[in-house]
Amino acid sequence: MNNMIARAKELLERKTVQVVIGYEEGPTGVARPAFVTNPSGADVLIYDNRCVQNLAVYLTKPEVKRLGRMAIVATLPVIRSIMMLISELQITSDDIVVLGISADGSLLDIADIDVMQGFIEKSDLTNPSKDKELLADLNKLTPEQRLAYWQKELSKCIKCYACRQSCPMCYCIRCTVEVNQPQWIPVQANIQGNMEWHILRAMHLAGRCVSCGECGRACPVGIPCHLLTMQLVDQVHNYFKVYAGTSDNMKSVLSTYEPNDKESFII
Amino acid sequence: MEATRKLIRKQSLEKLYNNLSADRKIYAPVISTDKQVEFRYNPAFADVTFEHVRSTLSVKNVVFPKVENLFYYTNEKTESTISVLDLNKIPEVVLWGAHPCDTASVDVLRSIFCWDIKDEFFAKRLEKLAVIGLGCHLSDEYCFCTSVGIAPDSRKGSDIFLFRLQNGDYQAEILTRKGNDIVASAPELFEPVSGEKVLLTEVKQKFDHSQVTEKLAGAFENPFWVENSLRCIGCGACAYVCPTCACFDIQDETKGKNGRRYRSWDSCGFGLFTLHTSGHNPRSVQSQRWRQRIMHKFSYMPERNDSLGCVGCGRCSSGCPVDMNIAEQLEALQNI
Repeated sequence: MNNMIARAKELLERKTVQVVIGYEEGPTGVARPAFVTNPSGADVLIYDNRCVQNLAVYLTKPEVKRLGRMAIVATLPVIRSIMMLISELQITSDDIVVLGISADGSLLDIADIDVMQGFIEKSDLTNPSKDKELLADLNKLTPEQRLAYWQKELSKCIKCYACRQSCPMCYCIRCTVEVNQPQWIPVQANIQGNMEWHILRAMHLAGRCVSCGECGRACPVGIPCHLLTMQLVDQVHNYFKVYAGTSDNMKSVLSTYEPNDKESFII
Repeated sequence: MEATRKLIRKQSLEKLYNNLSADRKIYAPVISTDKQVEFRYNPAFADVTFEHVRSTLSVKNVVFPKVENLFYYTNEKTESTISVLDLNKIPEVVLWGAHPCDTASVDVLRSIFCWDIKDEFFAKRLEKLAVIGLGCHLSDEYCFCTSVGIAPDSRKGSDIFLFRLQNGDYQAEILTRKGNDIVASAPELFEPVSGEKVLLTEVKQKFDHSQVTEKLAGAFENPFWVENSLRCIGCGACAYVCPTCACFDIQDETKGKNGRRYRSWDSCGFGLFTLHTSGHNPRSVQSQRWRQRIMHKFSYMPERNDSLGCVGCGRCSSGCPVDMNIAEQLEALQNI
């Protein structure tokens, strides 16, 4: 912890970066993102088991980018998101300094691409264990039961798009749902519109989701929508033997053709 | 009319609930299987909760549904026929067990929807609504009603107001003619008041709203907005859980020849909200949208609607994925 504050101060003092993106404690005791722009402000930084938000979402936000070069406190999902954002040409490794955090909470060396890649290679890239259990339960259901489950869950959706906004990989300046001539996805929060939205979102994240679970955590009405993208994490791995965010030069799984691709899903 | 006080025992409350549900819809809070508190139409009395701090979504759905059909249409080659909805078909609804922040919010919505031109959909739903408010004996760190002129025992917006008594019974205050009509439908359920103590929570005042309003008048260009909205991810959660956010989108949905026009909740937090046809967006970044949210509720509404746009329920803050705590920000604004 003290290490992280010291590292943040040093980076800001030397003007290596203009902002450090980390976590601080809010007035109600929850951990939330912090944007530290001067060395004296770095003391607010915390890191403990409350610090779960995927901070990589801020790397593409215009007003954060405007502050200058960024350092970011990065756990495994954040590092994987960074790899994806570099692969998809949204950021370059020169834009950022990565303050990697290992699984035991200790600070990694300032992570360049090689350090991040080495860290990723040693890490478990499958879905978090509690989500694996939830998915296993869902996969035991018949397709009809599963449809009923999702219809019930998605009927709660209010279309606030917290799932999209909290996701580092949903960086489009104009989302498909905002294209309204013609309107592809109904604007209203009804069961048809909600189903279409969540299926579309999940498909756009196939091969890109890093299993951070942020979308499900962000949902104000408690829809476990992260299970949709996590199911695709498993399927993509099953078909293509790929996990997202493992290098800075990932090919897009669903838009890249390889002669040896499995075609077992084509009827 | 002058308020009258009666005692209503827990078991009589159940009878009243069942009586009312015989000829109208009841919108009441229940704790769902995933621990969320939600208002539903006509839940069984046994499922209705009296032990919640706040529901996840507000009660605004009862007068401002998340989707409201405005009219239906049929398009022929050169002509369109419009069929208007019969608003008298809007059912009578009892809003049951809403806390003071929520009952007060209905009046804030009225100040918006009936500001100059009366919105007939809203007005009809309001006309058909009776409100049974419930004083708060529970609160949490997100509550700040006392900072915006409301309190755990505010009767504003209620036709009947229930106080929880120490022994589990309730004291009913009958406040309006609508409330009187409800009591008159089952007078035997109401008894003379007992001396039992009323249970109420305390909510600490966090800021002075009139000082905030005063400060906001000169704060439009303040760097506060950028500094304090960097973590806002620009979703609509705050607006959609808010009891007083009233912005809506209007859309046509057509299938073949037939279609309908409806309105649905919208949010000033979205980038698309103010995007002009030209491509210009007067609120192009999140700090401007966050400023709009605060300014609208605490500066423009007091000026234009003679009403604050906030009832201190704390939903926007407890529901925010990144802890944009509005009370904390208003407290800071008071001191800029």
